[in-house]
Amino acid sequence: MVSLNDVSMTYRGGAHAANHLSLEIQDGEFVFLVGPSGSGKTTIIKLLTGEVQAEEGALSVNGYDMRTIRRRQLPELRRTLGVIFQDFRLIEDRNVYENVAFAMHVIGARRREIRERVPYVLKLVGLEDREKRLPRELSGGEQQRVAVARALVNSPRLIIADEPTGNLDPAKSLELMLLLQKINELGTTLLIVTHEKELVNAFSKRVIMLENGSVVSDGTGRYYGNETE
Amino acid sequence: MKLNKFAYLFKEGVKSIFTHGFMSFACIVVIAACLLIMGNFALLALNVDYNIELLEQENEILAFVDEELSEEEAREIQPYIKALDNISEVEFVTREEAMERFLAEQDEEDQEMFSDLSASVFRHRYMVYLEDQSLMSETTAAIAEVDGIADVSASLELSQGFIVVRNIVSIVSVILIIILFIVSILIMQNTIKLATFSRRDEIGIMKMVGASNGFIRCPFVVEGLLLGLLGALIAFFLQWGIYSLATDGLAGSTLSAMISVISFHRLMLPVLLVFLAISLLVGTFGSNIAIRNYLKV
Repeated sequence: MVSLNDVSMTYRGGAHAANHLSLEIQDGEFVFLVGPSGSGKTTIIKLLTGEVQAEEGALSVNGYDMRTIRRRQLPELRRTLGVIFQDFRLIEDRNVYENVAFAMHVIGARRREIRERVPYVLKLVGLEDREKRLPRELSGGEQQRVAVARALVNSPRLIIADEPTGNLDPAKSLELMLLLQKINELGTTLLIVTHEKELVNAFSKRVIMLENGSVVSDGTGRYYGNETE
Repeated sequence: MKLNKFAYLFKEGVKSIFTHGFMSFACIVVIAACLLIMGNFALLALNVDYNIELLEQENEILAFVDEELSEEEAREIQPYIKALDNISEVEFVTREEAMERFLAEQDEEDQEMFSDLSASVFRHRYMVYLEDQSLMSETTAAIAEVDGIADVSASLELSQGFIVVRNIVSIVSVILIIILFIVSILIMQNTIKLATFSRRDEIGIMKMVGASNGFIRCPFVVEGLLLGLLGALIAFFLQWGIYSLATDGLAGSTLSAMISVISFHRLMLPVLLVFLAISLLVGTFGSNIAIRNYLKV
């Protein structure tokens, strides 16, 4: 579970990245986090992954109190999370299998577990026949699915996707969102940060909208953006 | 750390050397070049020091025996001199031998002039060689105190000169070696930093999937160690070759009569050990320092 209670954070220039922000995400939820550029979406991801610390307020992620978490506990926290980025962030000189297996090596998984789990996850994301390919030999959609597989392979409690469809065409974007929905149905909590209004509106899920570091709307259904609909 | 995890990280370190072939090659070349520069200078300084030491050894003290003592009585003094501190070697020279040596040092004309010279004008004497030239005046005084020794002659100024030259060579070599060592570390650290910079994304990904700092650091350290080891071995064999070439070149020249060179076989083990120690130290610390900044996220 994710809980932010009256969290504030200001960048050096004085801009409010988070301004008395409060929200809760329960286990198993599928949540879109939307808002214009500079509204604080990326800051929330950084707060949740422990890259930055809040100046005020209480913040907990998967049972870790982010106010008191120690630097050496951050790897433990991050193992309960799966993070997907817009630019995929795959290791270029490793093939698909190795990129996914790498996340399991990090947590000290046994070889046997890795040999069983990686093919299973690759099959789940539809890449079972791409194991030996290097990232540059894959399309954008396929690379993002490798990133999804890597995020998923350690069975995280929460997957955070930062603009996961930003580099994909509409058809591939929809395909990826359907995959993420399938993963959510299997029990993983999903927090998807996106700009793409059509995509959000295509799924009837909880939408949290941010502006100037604060939550301006939180409800199920549509992404209203700045328009009055 | 579990054995299979360590084996994985070790394998990753080895694999990384080949994956980042060009940077690995650059690191090895830089490490080998730095070690060679330091090695050449250190060996030169060692040889200069060795030659000065040889010259010092030739700077003896002459202890003249009392004229009234017979040769047999004069010879009996030897153990007393030998028992003194700082004595390396004591050689007894009879007055006849002294005269022969004196005449041998003269040119033909003078030899003729001294042809009627009697050995009785010379004294029995001891040529005394010291262990430490800096203690020459104290040792000279101690020899003068020995019963049966009438007079002592020593080139104290020459001895002081050798000490000054040796001290200057030692200080200059130590300073230059320290400077070269620091420069080498900086060059190596920058090379490793450059190699690491190109992999900062990889480190970022490792952090994001929950890798601990130790897990991230380990392959880099293994890589640094292996690159250091390879650089040290290459530098060692090149050093061997360069030194042998220089020694052979010197042996065939006119300088060989004046200059003595320490054989590389005597230096082999210390050179190898020092090269290995420096490169492993630099490899480990260099890789640690180079990735330190990327581990803070």
